[in-house]
Amino acid sequence: MPQPWQPAATLAVLAARARLLARIRAFFADAGVMEVETPIASRAAATDPALESLATVCPGLADSRLWLHTSPELAMKRLLAAGAGPIYQICKVFRGGERGRRHHPEFTLLEWYRPGWDYRRLLVEVAALVRVALDRPELAAEVLTYRAVFLDRLGLDPMGADIETLRDAARGSGIAGAADLALDVDGWLDLLLTHRIESGLGRGRLTFLCDYPPSQAALARIRAGDPPVAERFELYLEGMELANGFTELTDAAEQRRRFRCDLQRRADAGLACPPIDEALLAALEAGLPPSAGVALGVDRLLMIATGSLHIDQVLAFPVERA
Amino acid sequence: MASYSTNEFRAGLKIMLDGDPYAIVENEFVKPGKGQAFNRVRVRNLKTGRVVEKTFKSGDTVEAADVHDTQMQYLYNDGEHWHFMDQESFEQITADANVVGEAAKWIKEQDLCNLTLWNGVPISVEAPNFVVLVITETDPGLKGDTSGGGGKPATLETGAVVRVPLFVQIGERIKVDTRSGEYVSRA
Repeated sequence: MPQPWQPAATLAVLAARARLLARIRAFFADAGVMEVETPIASRAAATDPALESLATVCPGLADSRLWLHTSPELAMKRLLAAGAGPIYQICKVFRGGERGRRHHPEFTLLEWYRPGWDYRRLLVEVAALVRVALDRPELAAEVLTYRAVFLDRLGLDPMGADIETLRDAARGSGIAGAADLALDVDGWLDLLLTHRIESGLGRGRLTFLCDYPPSQAALARIRAGDPPVAERFELYLEGMELANGFTELTDAAEQRRRFRCDLQRRADAGLACPPIDEALLAALEAGLPPSAGVALGVDRLLMIATGSLHIDQVLAFPVERA
Repeated sequence: MASYSTNEFRAGLKIMLDGDPYAIVENEFVKPGKGQAFNRVRVRNLKTGRVVEKTFKSGDTVEAADVHDTQMQYLYNDGEHWHFMDQESFEQITADANVVGEAAKWIKEQDLCNLTLWNGVPISVEAPNFVVLVITETDPGLKGDTSGGGGKPATLETGAVVRVPLFVQIGERIKVDTRSGEYVSRA
């Protein structure tokens, strides 16, 4: 059956999207943060084993294979290294294999960077931005650590827990089919977080979950301590994850090590292994100022602004009718 | 053996779990901000009708269940088995009481039923949505009552008991909705 030609979102929701984007741009204009654009299609791609980049071919280029970005992070850090100062970008990003009520393979990301800030300072600005974007100045915010939430909700210390402990916790908490899953430590933590914790986060307030296990650092700086933690936060509102931010890793050697480690895990899992972003590593070697950065899902923010339960309700043309 | 990746999961897809055929009722893609994605599904056991939840790691594959629905004509019951016939190939198959289940209350010879076959063997039988059956037993209704209010039990030729309006009498043919087990009208 052919898909309808009409948009999936109502015109009222599309108008709400336009207003949301205008508020975001006004917020950053007031804050003195510069809007930038970086390439959607690049020669390098994200190495994160949990992300699947889309690839395309540009006829006429000597090296014709290009990857669609999963976030503008790598290119924006090169701008930071070049001395751009505080910058933001609103752009479409692409992630293969992600489709559901809260996922669409092409979505709108708001990403911004604050040189000289750390993640704790940045999350305060994230809360301010969300209040302005939703026009809800009274919206409260709380900051919880990853460890405290696991201890509080599951009576489980996620730091240093072994596979057996986590698997037993998942089975014991009644996650159907947990017994049949083969996961690593982070996979079990992700299962517990998404199935037993996430839906209760951010009810009537902004909940920032922070200080992740170092194994889930992605591109965040790791703070030494007992236990060491990744200086990373995620924002939840009404049980939905809205944003992910870091104190950025600025160490080129450590970044190269993580890229290689990611690629090894990708190869082990039989996933495509795109080229490492050597330009980013060169920029880190030249010197990335200490910075904090965050990416926020604009479509999900619009879902909350409009009370939509499915991402298709806020998209003009979801992929099935694109 | 055919298999499906979780990327292909959608409502209605037939998969094998723990040796039984299931149909996916609902599929939810769940992924934390960074990290492992999962597919949380609700599946219906096609043999028992029971709906359960199950979580898969996204990207995993599951064996496909060779299940399809077909319309067949009910021929007769030999006391132990119900016999059905494919009207195009004239192939006949039998089903026992476990498989026929509730449908046994409603079907009579010549009725067209929906059968679900797994590896060619019937695992469930669905009666037609509406059947017309003769009343074999019911109390005489109050004279002059045509409102249909109140009602009384009536036994049908297949043995099923339904509530009917007071004015409906023994020997009359009535139309019944087999999904709700309710009287619809005189037929």
